[in-house]
Amino acid sequence: MNSPMAQLPLLDPMVQWLLEPLQAGFMVKALWVSAFVGTVCAVLSCYITLKGWSLMGDAVSHAVVPGVVVAYALGLPFALGAFVFGFGATVIIGYVKSQTRLKEDAVIGVIFTGFFAFGLVLATKIPSNVDLFHILFGNVLGISPSDIIQTLIAGTTTLVVILLRRKDLLLFCFDPNHAKAIGLNTQLMYYTLLSVLALTIVTALQTAGIVLVVAMLVTPGATAYLLTDRFDHMLAISVATSVVSCILGTYLSYHLDMPTGGTIVVLMTILFAVAMIFAPKYGILSQKLNRHLPGAETRST
Amino acid sequence: MRSDTFGITVENISVTYSNAHLALYNASCYVQPGTITGLVGPNGGGKSTLFKTIMGFISPNQGRVHIDGLSIKMAQKRQLMAYVPQADDVDWNFPVSVGDVVMMGRYGYMNMLRIPGREDRKQVAESLDRVGMADFRHRQIGELSGGQKKRAFLARAMAQNSRVILLDEPFTGVDVKTEKRIVNLLLQLRDEGHTILVSTHDLASISTFCDRTVLLNRTVLAEGQTADTFTDENLSMTFGGMPLKGLSSHASTLSSPVKPSYE
Ligand SMILES: Nc1ncnc2c1ncn2[C@@H]1O[C@H](COP(=O)(O)OP(=O)(O)OP(=O)(O)O)[C@@H](O)[C@H]1O
Ligand SMILES: [Mg+2]
Repeated sequence: MNSPMAQLPLLDPMVQWLLEPLQAGFMVKALWVSAFVGTVCAVLSCYITLKGWSLMGDAVSHAVVPGVVVAYALGLPFALGAFVFGFGATVIIGYVKSQTRLKEDAVIGVIFTGFFAFGLVLATKIPSNVDLFHILFGNVLGISPSDIIQTLIAGTTTLVVILLRRKDLLLFCFDPNHAKAIGLNTQLMYYTLLSVLALTIVTALQTAGIVLVVAMLVTPGATAYLLTDRFDHMLAISVATSVVSCILGTYLSYHLDMPTGGTIVVLMTILFAVAMIFAPKYGILSQKLNRHLPGAETRST
Repeated sequence: MRSDTFGITVENISVTYSNAHLALYNASCYVQPGTITGLVGPNGGGKSTLFKTIMGFISPNQGRVHIDGLSIKMAQKRQLMAYVPQADDVDWNFPVSVGDVVMMGRYGYMNMLRIPGREDRKQVAESLDRVGMADFRHRQIGELSGGQKKRAFLARAMAQNSRVILLDEPFTGVDVKTEKRIVNLLLQLRDEGHTILVSTHDLASISTFCDRTVLLNRTVLAEGQTADTFTDENLSMTFGGMPLKGLSSHASTLSSPVKPSYE
């Protein structure tokens, strides 16, 4: 088991499949960065799925594009630009919704596509060495040290905020009226959740890219939601499926030369599909079986 | 003038929803401390709207509300107000257990991390006991019957230990036995000094436990002692046009100044 590296070729192929990429420094980095990103996204995704904010996640991720472009052009950290524009978009969405009779999904649709389009136009007009393809699809295998630092800061901030406010945020998702009734500042919690959402997207930008980040923000939570009725279990399952997908996805993308973000999301989706079909209580199979048992309890819609 | 009195003071409230619907206009009423006050009115009459205004969930375009002489915000901060929502306002698929929900009633007493202490656990256990839901504390909230759901949320309000408790239609869809049980709990809570405002469509039971009644149809049409307020005339004014045959027989017995049997 403790065989020195020199004996690598003798190890069984599975172990070699796992160890060989680690000899490349960028792969070690890519693996732990993606595992970290997977953890942050998974924690937040529990709140996002329960709050029904998936579309908002999609909106924020697209709205960060002009921020990233501007940041690169001005030589600022990409995370700063992305956060300002991502969070700014949510504030604008809230404002437009309160001032018009439009439903929220229409407002979100208008604002985020507007931001996104503006970002695309900017990217071609502002001279900078920003690679649009990397913003859109992520590039964890080529992540730079400064990007790693920004990812770590954004992700750690998110985790700390959620850790400190996790009960209140959960109450806010479940019953904002009760939160208000006991004197909590629900307005503040609304913006707290939006800012950690924007921070999480900043965290995942380099790994998954703008187009796919919403999957990392929704799928792990959705998978876990199908598997349990307890929030702490939901958190654990969400993190587990997410981290497994991130690590395995990074390996697969290395070995099979596939895009990392895409591979991770495909794995997450496969896990979701498995949960959807085989979940012990809320899976399609068990719901079909239970339907024929008298007195079977199901989570009704 | 009433801002230093106890109880709930509603002064001249008007509420318009974003679709320009005027749900309440110039509604004023007073809920005496230490009483059970029934809120009665037709569907869409604005009962839930009045509740949400008193709780501070929606802000009226005119008028003021005071709770024990305090603004709504101050009353919330001091844990003076509890609210038992109408059943369709709750996400029953949420991954929380009955015990979790009742514990949420204690958050206002905990530190920022909301780690329950001994007193919190004791209050939660007692509340669950009193509503007869101790055996269900680990159940996911969606896996309860209608009456059990009501009792779970009542337990949360009790754990909150607030002076004022608002219940929006706690008797809808519960059987006679559960209704009796909830009524008995409300009477106990009143005797412990809580101020209770409860909306209901069960007109027949009002005189059995409500000390006072407020009749509401987009504004307050009548309020006062149940025996004085619950008259034929007031009811037909509130429910306008509705055939009141069945009700008026109740109402006429009610309008006689007999004290409810509970008192
Ligand atoms: N969120 C809302 N947006 C727009 N209109 C609303 C909203 N909530 C309630 N209304 C309208 O306000 C009026 C009062 O509604 P409310 O829910 O207060 O009535 P209620 O007396 O509680 O009725 P019920 O007995 O059916 O519970 C209704 O006409 C309703 O359509
Ligand atoms: Mg109502």
